[in-house]
Amino acid sequence: MIETLPRRVNGDEALVRRGRFLTTTFLLEVGATAWLISIFEGRIVSVARGPFVMPSSSFALRAPEEEWRKFWSSKPPPGSNDVMALIKRRVLKAEGDLQVFMANLRYFKEALAKLRAEGATEGGEA
Amino acid sequence: MSARFEPIVGRYMHLDLFGRKHRIYVEQAGEGTPLLCLHTAGADGRQYRALMNDERITQRHRVIAFDMPWHGKSSPPSGWHDEEYRLTSAQYTTMILEIMTALELDRPILIGCSIGGRIALHLALEQPERFRAIIGLQAGAHVDPYYDLNFLHRPDVHGGEVSAAIVSGLVGPDAPDQERWETLWHYMQGGPGVFKGDLHFYKLDGDIRGRVAQIDTRRCPLFLLSGEYDYSCTPEETLAVAKSVAGSEAAIMKGLGHFPMSENPAEFFKYLLPVLDKIGATESMMAAK
Repeated sequence: MIETLPRRVNGDEALVRRGRFLTTTFLLEVGATAWLISIFEGRIVSVARGPFVMPSSSFALRAPEEEWRKFWSSKPPPGSNDVMALIKRRVLKAEGDLQVFMANLRYFKEALAKLRAEGATEGGEA
Repeated sequence: MSARFEPIVGRYMHLDLFGRKHRIYVEQAGEGTPLLCLHTAGADGRQYRALMNDERITQRHRVIAFDMPWHGKSSPPSGWHDEEYRLTSAQYTTMILEIMTALELDRPILIGCSIGGRIALHLALEQPERFRAIIGLQAGAHVDPYYDLNFLHRPDVHGGEVSAAIVSGLVGPDAPDQERWETLWHYMQGGPGVFKGDLHFYKLDGDIRGRVAQIDTRRCPLFLLSGEYDYSCTPEETLAVAKSVAGSEAAIMKGLGHFPMSENPAEFFKYLLPVLDKIGATESMMAAK
């Protein structure tokens, strides 16, 4: 599913425009599986699946698979409907240079929510 | 299509607060029992626009909302440019009571959301005789910081963008887009460091866990309404307050988030109107005695 991120993000013109000053690589951990996601000027240019020997990234988002599964459900329950909700419940760890993450927080929230079951409502996405 | 005016009227009030001159924006609509509205951290009185535009409320209530100093159309006091804004419980309480006095409000109903809900608990405890009833929206006794607040005010992160992005998930999933984004727009418009300064009260200074059980609802009825999707002040935290305050009434609002009056007024009114009816009925009963 993560592999579909480029199509889902790059197909949203407004989201790409909001990310036009964003070029970075971040690490996404879904349980034991790691993904390196590279963004160039708002477009997702590569999604690579680990394991990695020496992954370089600006920051990492790490949460158990079960938490991401709830977050990516078509209508996430309270407490799973937003990245900040996961952080509040201490189940998502955001680590590294978080300036990039926070300066583009709306972009990252919306990009990650793109992985919700297609046709999902926008609730809690943005 | 012809122009249409809302019944809301806004004015600027000059008032001394904490020994300093302030210029404060106040708006109101309706006639009857005063209903004083307190906005959330980093936002302003526009959050109550729907209450001021609904005749079911304005026929019997004078709905009043002010923008706190530094917020909305209220100015920061002279000298602000060299200060760090930090809201305290004492300032917040003083501000509300002084504004009530200035507006000659006789025992208003107080409704406050988030930081407004928290200070409502402080006032229920410390000033119950000043209010005929208190309605706390998203009111909890304390919230632990769950992100680095410094990100809200630093030159390499846009304050308005990040403030709105921080709170965006606090809007419930069923909110109509127009109201969702109006609510977030208010956050995007906040002045530098203002949201952060409000959170000083919310997350550090305004902790009332140790005293909340002392609220006496016989002196002032307390109603607590919280949105199901609020992860800042969770339903559990509101219910914990309700459990520790004898005589308080609490309801968890399905599908709503942290900004019920602004994000989804139609759904919110299903919970608010019965509370206002109940307060009105109690008042009538007392008057008849």
